[in-house]
Amino acid sequence: MFFRKTYIIFYVACCCFLITSCAKDEKDNLEDEGYEPTPLSLDIPSIFEERISPPVIPQDNPQTEEGVALGKKLFFDPILSGDNTLACAGCHKPAEGFSDARQFSPGIDGIEGSRNSMPLFNLAWNYQENFFWDGRSSSLENQALQPVIDPIEMHNTWPNAVSSLQATSDYPELFSKAFGTETIDSTLVSKAIAQFIRTLISSNSRFDQFLRGEIELTESERNGLQVFEDENRGDCFHCHGDPNNPLWTDNDFHNNGLDEIFDDLGRGAVTGDPREFGLFKTPSLRNLAYTAPYMHDGRFETLDEVIDHYSEGLVYSETIDPLMKAVGEGGVQLSEKDKADLKAFLLSLSDESFINNQDFQKP
Amino acid sequence: MKKVLLLFVLTVTLFACKDVDEIINPNYNMTFNFTQNWDGEEITNPDYQTTVYTNANGEEMTISKLNYLISDITFTDKDGDVTVIEGYNIMNARDGVNTQYTPSRKISEGEYTLSFTFGFDDEDNIDDAYTELNSPPWGWGVPDELGGGYHFMRLEGMFADNTGTQTPYLYHAIRAAIVMGENPETEDTSFKVDLGAVTITQDTSIEIKMNVAEWFKNPHQWNLNELSSNLMMNAEAQRMISANGKSVFSLGTVE
Ligand code: HEC
Ligand code: HEC
Repeated sequence: MFFRKTYIIFYVACCCFLITSCAKDEKDNLEDEGYEPTPLSLDIPSIFEERISPPVIPQDNPQTEEGVALGKKLFFDPILSGDNTLACAGCHKPAEGFSDARQFSPGIDGIEGSRNSMPLFNLAWNYQENFFWDGRSSSLENQALQPVIDPIEMHNTWPNAVSSLQATSDYPELFSKAFGTETIDSTLVSKAIAQFIRTLISSNSRFDQFLRGEIELTESERNGLQVFEDENRGDCFHCHGDPNNPLWTDNDFHNNGLDEIFDDLGRGAVTGDPREFGLFKTPSLRNLAYTAPYMHDGRFETLDEVIDHYSEGLVYSETIDPLMKAVGEGGVQLSEKDKADLKAFLLSLSDESFINNQDFQKP
Repeated sequence: MKKVLLLFVLTVTLFACKDVDEIINPNYNMTFNFTQNWDGEEITNPDYQTTVYTNANGEEMTISKLNYLISDITFTDKDGDVTVIEGYNIMNARDGVNTQYTPSRKISEGEYTLSFTFGFDDEDNIDDAYTELNSPPWGWGVPDELGGGYHFMRLEGMFADNTGTQTPYLYHAIRAAIVMGENPETEDTSFKVDLGAVTITQDTSIEIKMNVAEWFKNPHQWNLNELSSNLMMNAEAQRMISANGKSVFSLGTVE
């Protein structure tokens, strides 16, 4: 009888062991203090789910309700800046597609950088995880660490930012809820902010509604899409994607013929490779209605100027992308009608429900 | 009785971890290494955008991008029985992304002839069907107006045109669109590449070489001054690309 029991227990133990060893992906619980924040799955839009690869969510920073709520509070809170005046949202405004209508956004000391703020949406689908115009940051967590200590942005130090947070009445508890510890550090701050940024999903533009079969496009929008895809006219899709790629970017680096001589080496300054001088990350074409001015240095105030650039403003430089094939003639020479239609199509990618989403507003 | 049941559960659990195939069949893993050369001179990352090649037509050109897709690698034995590695491999030659392809399908010992499809044949070239190919960074889709589906190759760069001006070329291979627009008609311009005989007696690495110069050589001596871009909307150009492609690939080292 006794032996029987031990055998059974032994076998059960073996089975359990084998079953667990099969489940390779099982995360080991970091601190087993009994508390677990509430898992929150990303709300993946159907048009993304059907068409493109799944989003990137790091193993060591799963989305949780408490983490996202904390990240949102931090994103809108100037406490992270050196003088308590500037939040992330100061340069990434919801109404402006989480970018900034100013060409350059001054930091807390009033000093301006030389690049236009970037809109923030659908960043969980940046599979290469190259963030910033030049791709110098390799994850959203890593990215979030930088503005806080950037001398021309929030100009703080992490020890100072962390002690300000630690000294508040509410943050230690919020960190405890999100991460199981009241001891705040820069890694946890960056994790919370990254979780919030991953929830910023835009997928309800007129064009998305058209893809879902809910509305028809106007004739002008339809023709604009054709201009966008026609090799003899716009040929924009090779870099900015097509209806099967609802991100509307290839997240790759190109020189799209803006300058003969570069003030800003872009990707090349990061890699040191002269073949990449003057290359910048292709921006998404979503939400252009809210994200003016355009290009890495915000040189164009209107979409008309952008379209004119591709149509007749291209200039040659050694690293120009071959897709700027009509550089010899200054561009693809669109007719006035095609320009207007292209613009109408581009604007159909703007998503009002994204900028007005209550979940994304200042708490 | 309980003991037997438990033993059974234990055994099932044990085997669930293993690929059953592996236990039953003495099959071998295949690794395909895709390499690129210009008439025998290997093309590696530093050559892109810098090394000047002269094509058959005498035009001086550099290469910026060389991304291509192959599918359905097929092993045919002496009796004509085929083992197809279903699926595709898309690669970026410049950055060495996916230039080594290790499909999970294994191959039994034997003598075979080896072949694959350049691009997708019509059966596999289904618009919107492959999420990876729709996703960044590939930019691989073909617009609906051109019949949809996917690119087979994007070979891009600059050449000196007959005025000496550096001019872009975009040698893009797709399924030819004979009629464009709302109801496009297409013609399958993917093609089968025969690489010749291979003998498999162990896990094997197979090199598949692309001689980029051949794209510009025969049967059609390519004239970049006439055909540098907008080739996706040019069915005749797609037929020429397809014809030239047949001598582009060859078997390299097999070990
Ligand atoms: C002073 C204005 C300013 C502040 C404050 C600021 N940003 Fe930015 N942000 C920018 C600019 C400008 C860029 C582009 C910089 C570059 O490419 O070098 C950028 C880029 C980014 C990107 C990259 C997006 C992409 O698609 O690659 C992310 C993410 C981001 N910011 C998040 C944040 C977060 C989180 C904070 C707060 C911790 C923050 N920003 C604070 C101006 C600002
Ligand atoms: C070779 C790839 C490529 C092609 C083709 C291309 N673009 Fe771009 N586009 C880019 C890059 C890269 C940038 C950012 C450049 C910079 O800021 O230096 C950009 C920027 C833009 C912007 C500004 C977005 C913003 O948020 O600042 C718009 C709008 C745009 N492109 C529209 C188009 C249209 C319309 C076409 C076709 C006529 C087109 N693009 C073709 C690569 C491309």
